Amino acid sequence: MDNTNNYIENLENSPSGGKGAPSRRSFLKSSALAGGGLMLSFSWFAEAKAAEKIANLPETWSELTGYIKITPENVIKIFCPNPEFGQNVMTSLPMMVAEELDCDWGNVVVEMGTHDNVKFGPQFSGGSNSIKMYWKPLRNAGAAARQMLMEATAQTWGVSVGEITTKAGVLSHSSGKSATYGEMAAKAATITVPKNVKLKAIKDFTIISNSQKNTEGLKVVTGKPLFGIDYKVDGMLIAMIQHPPAFGMKLKSFDATAAKKMPGIKDIFSFKLFDEGYELSGFADTRTFNEMVAIVGKTTWEVMNARKKINFQWEATGEVKEISKGWRGEKIETTVPARIESTANQLEMMAEFADGRHPAKPAKQLRKDGDPEAAFKNAAQVIERTYNAPFLAHNCMEPMNFFAHVQDDKALVAGPLQGPAWMEPTLMKLLNLPADKIEIQMTRMGGGFGRRAYGSYAFEAARISQKLKAPIKLIYTREDDMTYGIYRPMYTATYRAALDANKNLIGFHVTGGGIPENPIHANRFPAGCIDNYLADSWEIPTNITVGFFRAPGSNFNAAAEQSFLDEVAAAMGKDPIEMRLDLLKRAKENPVGKNNDYDASRYAGVLELLKEKSGWGKPENAGKKRGVAAYFCHAAYAGHVVDMVMRDGLPYVEHVTSAVDCGVIINPDAARNMVEGAVVDGIGQSFYGALTHKNGAAEQSNFHNYRMIRHNEAPKKIDVHFVQNEIDPTGLGEPPFPPVFGAVANALFKTTGKRYYNQPFTKEFSNS
Amino acid sequence: MAKYSLKINGKTQQVDADPSTPMLWVLRDHLNLPGTKYGCGMAQCGACTIHLDGNATRSCVLPVSAIGKSAITTIEGLSASGTHPVQKAWLEHDVAQCGYCQTGQIMSAAALLKSNPKPSDADIDAAMSGNICRCGTYLRIKEAIKAVAP
Ligand code: FES
Ligand code: FES
Repeated sequence: MDNTNNYIENLENSPSGGKGAPSRRSFLKSSALAGGGLMLSFSWFAEAKAAEKIANLPETWSELTGYIKITPENVIKIFCPNPEFGQNVMTSLPMMVAEELDCDWGNVVVEMGTHDNVKFGPQFSGGSNSIKMYWKPLRNAGAAARQMLMEATAQTWGVSVGEITTKAGVLSHSSGKSATYGEMAAKAATITVPKNVKLKAIKDFTIISNSQKNTEGLKVVTGKPLFGIDYKVDGMLIAMIQHPPAFGMKLKSFDATAAKKMPGIKDIFSFKLFDEGYELSGFADTRTFNEMVAIVGKTTWEVMNARKKINFQWEATGEVKEISKGWRGEKIETTVPARIESTANQLEMMAEFADGRHPAKPAKQLRKDGDPEAAFKNAAQVIERTYNAPFLAHNCMEPMNFFAHVQDDKALVAGPLQGPAWMEPTLMKLLNLPADKIEIQMTRMGGGFGRRAYGSYAFEAARISQKLKAPIKLIYTREDDMTYGIYRPMYTATYRAALDANKNLIGFHVTGGGIPENPIHANRFPAGCIDNYLADSWEIPTNITVGFFRAPGSNFNAAAEQSFLDEVAAAMGKDPIEMRLDLLKRAKENPVGKNNDYDASRYAGVLELLKEKSGWGKPENAGKKRGVAAYFCHAAYAGHVVDMVMRDGLPYVEHVTSAVDCGVIINPDAARNMVEGAVVDGIGQSFYGALTHKNGAAEQSNFHNYRMIRHNEAPKKIDVHFVQNEIDPTGLGEPPFPPVFGAVANALFKTTGKRYYNQPFTKEFSNS
Repeated sequence: MAKYSLKINGKTQQVDADPSTPMLWVLRDHLNLPGTKYGCGMAQCGACTIHLDGNATRSCVLPVSAIGKSAITTIEGLSASGTHPVQKAWLEHDVAQCGYCQTGQIMSAAALLKSNPKPSDADIDAAMSGNICRCGTYLRIKEAIKAVAP
């Protein structure tokens, strides 16, 4: 799974490159197209004025590259390739197109693209990749269309292209002639899409780096049916599934005689997601339980009531062998253990692995520099600390759901998916249909956080519709959603630091593990800064399913490592920021090892900005209980200073200062929103987040016993600062999240005088 | 099943449903008003907030049989075109991330502002802490509410 994490974090498969990706030519094809009115219900700009304008949109669109359509009235439609789950790609990605097209943003309407990887590239939202992978292709698309408009204009006016200029959607010539893009669009659409177009200099941007409002804002605040759970067609039935109540259990039998007689109930049946002998491929085929009972009826409430009347019998699964295909086509044989787990034994097992008592297998070495054994042997002082974090449920506010209408010769499926292309091969196998007979529609997602990279709910919906030969919408209740699995793994890490007699850091060792994955990124800071360094990992298999969770691995490492470094800094007698900067200086000037994943200068830059903006170490802040942490992940650098107080016997984060370097900022206000959200989410998860087990069953099932951060617990103020540079931009969904945990841990020490090593942190407070 | 005549968004609507059906599902499944969201079904998250005679109410635990003559307002009735001051403030502050919780947040905020046009931070905390936002947009929610207050 570590491979998968790395794959996602390092995904470079832009639409114009990478294995299996279409060539730029194929998606930058041009054609004149009529009848675009069909899709208008999906476009709506964030102002009522614009909404009216769009309601009366004309029916004639000229298509300039796959991403742009223009009407004679100069309304410009830009397609967003990637699914939206709150990271605001439906605004930021079209901004990139519009910038190079050089149009007026006020004339732009945005529409979610269809699922078409040839036209739109990978169409995957996750790993903070959208901005990074579309930065060049979308600007190219915009610039190519602008070039086509200029050529059409030059031909019309009988002048050379070089004499045409553009500004805000208007083409001009020194003779005084001018025309709107709309007037030239039909002719431009007949011109071949140019290659090697010139892109704007960053200083000439007028749309990018200027805050633009969310293009879907108006739809959101008026409650339009944007989400998968809102999907509806005539004759559609509602379906729910009953999955086993515990991990390691399966369906034995069920009696639905009474339930089937309940009003509105259409059918109740058991089904297998994958047939016997099915070869799982990658995480696309992830599912937790293979056999479930489907309850299908007319309305949600009727289905919920009937479900309560079914008598289920469950039995132990026993050990299961699974064959799956990995990312690179390799065969992986996994043994899913029979163990029925409880949190107490999970912690005991983790402790055995962490201190080497467990006979199963030794930790796997991930990186070694110098002679760490000798450094620890010769140390004047060794600091050793162990950190723990529980499973976490994603708790997207929109529970998992999916619509499916499977017919003999075709299928339509629609709903919230982060990576529809990954689900397509599985749907093809389950439905025995070719790709071009399966239409996948991407709905706006009520949160994702990694959870919706695993579309087993889409397969379940397809199976149910296949059996009933009817359109159905599968809905998970909150309880289904929380107890189904696909959690953030449970993690443990032990950190050791060796100091010499002069309090120099001479050795560093991290051993990290988890159920069932280890979190360690061995080549990140502080690797590269310390002569003698060792990183190793271990893993404990389980039948509890896990998946990506906002900054996988990092969301734990940043808590443990950044909290540990605070203690090491104290032992060295150094200020925590200065201590980090000293380490980074080493990595900049004379790095240890060659394979260091991060850029030490950018990392240090974020710490410097944080120091300045938070007034770190300034006399006026002397009385504050502050914690600091910074981290690198998903191609960006982020840090926070957290100011904490005690309130009613519990810690409360009152104020946060954040510094982030993610290159060029596309949409500043939206970028700030992402950082603020990550801070609030990080405080919440570190304070309260936990999914525990008893006899294989999740002990939390809804928000009455799974605590989420609430309005009154959010900080009063979050000041967000970005490093200004011209580096190619990267995404913000993940990077600001992990360091929140570390900063909170460090502020907790300042506030209470006690170090907290186990999440969720507030569990140890008597009145939490 | 029983027949109900409900006052919703200024119109009278007929519904044929089991008396125990929560208003949330009456709105979503029977009346095609999907702006009211399902998040927990047990009055813990606020996604389903509507106004019952002007008061913010969790529709997921409000059976249709309990409505009687009360007037219901949903997000669709607050203003279909987004011109209610709270919706405008939400757009101005670009509050939403995924947006799923936001109709519930707006309904809670609109009810608060109606009964208390100048709420203090503590008033806002009290009125809004029943609405969960996993995306963490609470600060912007507070700013937007304060911007509506005169
Ligand atoms: S759905 Fe009603 S409060 Fe959560
Ligand atoms: S905006 Fe996503 S849950 Fe609130």
